[in-house]
Amino acid sequence: MNENLVRIKRKNQTVIFIVVLTVFTYLSSVITDFNILHGIATLPEAIVWIFSNLVITEESLERLPTIVEKLIETILMSIAATTTATIFSLILGVMGSKTIGTSKALGVFARFVASLSRNIPVVAWALILLLSFGQNSLTGYLALFVGSVGFLTRSFIEVIDEASQSAVVALRATGATYVQIIGKAVIPECLPQMISWVLFMIETNIRNATLVGILTGTGIGYSFDLYYKTMNYPGVALVTISIVLAVILIELLSNHVRKVIL
Amino acid sequence: MPLLTVEQLGKSYNTHTKVLRNVNFEVEAGEFVSIIGPSGAGKSTLLRCINRMVDIDEGAVIFNGADVGMLNKKELRTLRTDIGMVFQHYNLVPRLSVIENVLHGRFGYKTTLQGIMGRFTEAEKERAFYLLEKLGIAEHAYKRCNQLSGGQQQRVGIARALIQEPKIVLCDEPIASLDPKASTIIMDHLKSITVELGITCIVNLHQVEVARDYSDRIIGLREGQVVFDEMSYRLTEQRTDILYGTKSKPVTQVRELLTV
Repeated sequence: MNENLVRIKRKNQTVIFIVVLTVFTYLSSVITDFNILHGIATLPEAIVWIFSNLVITEESLERLPTIVEKLIETILMSIAATTTATIFSLILGVMGSKTIGTSKALGVFARFVASLSRNIPVVAWALILLLSFGQNSLTGYLALFVGSVGFLTRSFIEVIDEASQSAVVALRATGATYVQIIGKAVIPECLPQMISWVLFMIETNIRNATLVGILTGTGIGYSFDLYYKTMNYPGVALVTISIVLAVILIELLSNHVRKVIL
Repeated sequence: MPLLTVEQLGKSYNTHTKVLRNVNFEVEAGEFVSIIGPSGAGKSTLLRCINRMVDIDEGAVIFNGADVGMLNKKELRTLRTDIGMVFQHYNLVPRLSVIENVLHGRFGYKTTLQGIMGRFTEAEKERAFYLLEKLGIAEHAYKRCNQLSGGQQQRVGIARALIQEPKIVLCDEPIASLDPKASTIIMDHLKSITVELGITCIVNLHQVEVARDYSDRIIGLREGQVVFDEMSYRLTEQRTDILYGTKSKPVTQVRELLTV
């Protein structure tokens, strides 16, 4: 008897949930003037368009050297932004750590800097920095750098706080200084995880760099934007595919590095 | 003058419970002293007050003529170079090699930069190898610490304490995570530190028999107070019962278990 009641109650809940969801979906499509059926109906057409226009032609392959050059520029820029951000994040990470941080004020400061730079999307940073630095590669570099500092600081804080503190206690007892303890106990202990996060950041930054490049007019993003706006669709296809290939390559590479160090 | 004097030492981590209450004892240079008592009696806290890994609330600890509680940061650093410490869980850096972990014991004598750059003198390195040889783990010198067994790791811990050239070595339950065979090896090494090198040893122990076999003197701690402080052979079974609250006081035993 009781069991049946529970089952009916659960069934009712599911029905209510589905009804609510349907009403919300309907209301939002009415408000935004979006017709789902129309969207689905145009899908085949869109796919046909993609396959007939976004094709790499022989003509576009002539542009490959320029694209590769831009791609390498973008990758190097992402790596530079990540490595410099790593240095800052390391300092901020130690400051912000709950276990080995020196003072509360510095900890709050570090975590504030981290969340400020992390919670504003990289694209927004690029647009903000564009106003003061103009359209050049420095702006792109800075946008990636700021985003990386936020993300890496956050992950370094977590890595440090999760690591065992026992060696820290032992080194304190030998009379080691604070910096010695950080350098010789904390960092060696956290190094594999930290490297793993840095590699992840490089991958993310290569992806983001394309987007940032469109805004700042540098790197591979600029090539994409250029071909797109001149309706050179084979060029767009070539850029897209080379980005995808580069990202996959970097991912494979960093996965291999991870396997070796972890 | 004794090497270590503990006077009316009191310590509490919060307002209602006192971990240590009016602890008094003296330790002469070259003594091997065991501290025994139930879990939560304050053994670890007492040990950590001696090198001020925890702050002293009441009373004083006088080590080698210096009032430990009154030292400034720099003086405290110098004091800690004179005090080696051995831990239950070894507290090594697992990813670093044995020899690196041993040399960590020299940081107290180095400037920050020398320490970070890993600048050790030839004499220090030779001493490190000599100690590893003595402790029977020289062949593991270049292995990572996490590849060693518990007993071997503890020997690395002892080597790290000894390379400090300490006047005293504090051991916080050094054999609590080890099997009987490894425990015997570690206790023998600790005993030889006192006998051969003349370094004072204070060892927190759970095993009453081990304490009686190895130490010159035993200090019994119960609820933060010293209830026994005499030569080892005078620790009779009856007094052990009082110390641990076993047999004679079954009611307190229940409470003991609850507080663990």
